[in-house]
Amino acid sequence: MNRSLAVTMFLALLLALGLAPAARAANEADYKTAYSAAEAAAKEAASLRHQWTVTVSTLAAAKKAADGGDFDRAVAAAREAEALAKASIFQAISEKEAWKAMEIR
Amino acid sequence: MKAARTSILLGSLSAALVALALTSPRVVAADKVDPVADAKAFQNFFFQKFPTVKHEDFVNGPYSMNEDMKRQWQEKEEFPPYEFALDAGKEMFVTPFKNGKTYADCFPNGGIGIRQNYPYFDEKEGKVVTLELALNRCREANGEAPYSYVKDEMASLTAYMAFTSRGKPMDIKIPDDPRALAAFENGKRYFYTRRGQMNFSCASCHVQSPGERIRAEILAPALGILNAMPIYRSEWSGMGTTSRRFVTCNSQTRAVPLEPQADEYRDVEYFLSYVANGLPISGPGARP
Repeated sequence: MNRSLAVTMFLALLLALGLAPAARAANEADYKTAYSAAEAAAKEAASLRHQWTVTVSTLAAAKKAADGGDFDRAVAAAREAEALAKASIFQAISEKEAWKAMEIR
Repeated sequence: MKAARTSILLGSLSAALVALALTSPRVVAADKVDPVADAKAFQNFFFQKFPTVKHEDFVNGPYSMNEDMKRQWQEKEEFPPYEFALDAGKEMFVTPFKNGKTYADCFPNGGIGIRQNYPYFDEKEGKVVTLELALNRCREANGEAPYSYVKDEMASLTAYMAFTSRGKPMDIKIPDDPRALAAFENGKRYFYTRRGQMNFSCASCHVQSPGERIRAEILAPALGILNAMPIYRSEWSGMGTTSRRFVTCNSQTRAVPLEPQADEYRDVEYFLSYVANGLPISGPGARP
């Protein structure tokens, strides 16, 4: 390997490391953002009378993790709760008409 | 050539118009609330799906679907697990409130042999009134605290009242009142609506799969499912009311249950009871 190639590879490695997104730990602000989004979706699902038990328990798990200072886990749980709540909202809206497909006529 | 094409076009157009004219009234009819037609279709569905099951046997739930279970249940009926609740319910029913009155003062015919008429549509209130609700209203009207809707005392009281109606055909009325028709329709919608993370409706289990196993249990048919209420369930190690049944069904599909006696529960009870008209009261029941 000639010297210029080795220098080029070294520089490329430095560049790659420098550009790679840093995997930083979640903080309380991240958690609060994720939790409030999840909470808003869950409230909407509840107002439609279509809340899922797993949304409630996952929201509680997010809060518990945050209370224990584990914000990585808290953010992950809050995002999962938001996804569950949004799925239940979709269910509530689609079932407004879809229930008729199952009706005995 | 051109004339032929025009006549084909006109012919197709008139055929389409005739087809539209023939189908339109059906679409309108299908959207109209017609409890009599719904009940007929509902019963026929089960009678045709299970042609060997005697009609009056549907009220025995899973036992109507499985001969082995039926034999075990018939033996168990000699010393039924709801017997303690039945005795307690009778005693509670005749024991006067602090003001000296009893439950008999709140109900037609002194509360005896009337289970088949509940729930009913109260035109004054504009809502469905279930037996459980009427019992708690009776208590409150007489200065007593209401009972929990899901077990213990309420189950005992309704067990006794059901027992005095055993064999009487379910006889639910829907008055000529748009609010009553709306309540029936709302109950029907609730029954068929998928909910919870499992994406199940009541009908997923009790219309599409009666007689099938869900884990270790045999699913009961929806037809006559409330005629056996309240029930002793081995799974609960105790008695449960209709309210408890709805709440646990919701939880099992991972849906957050509504509060007992929520309008939706009252309406679905109205719907399920009405479509079981003519089938005998068999409560209190016993289930695995």
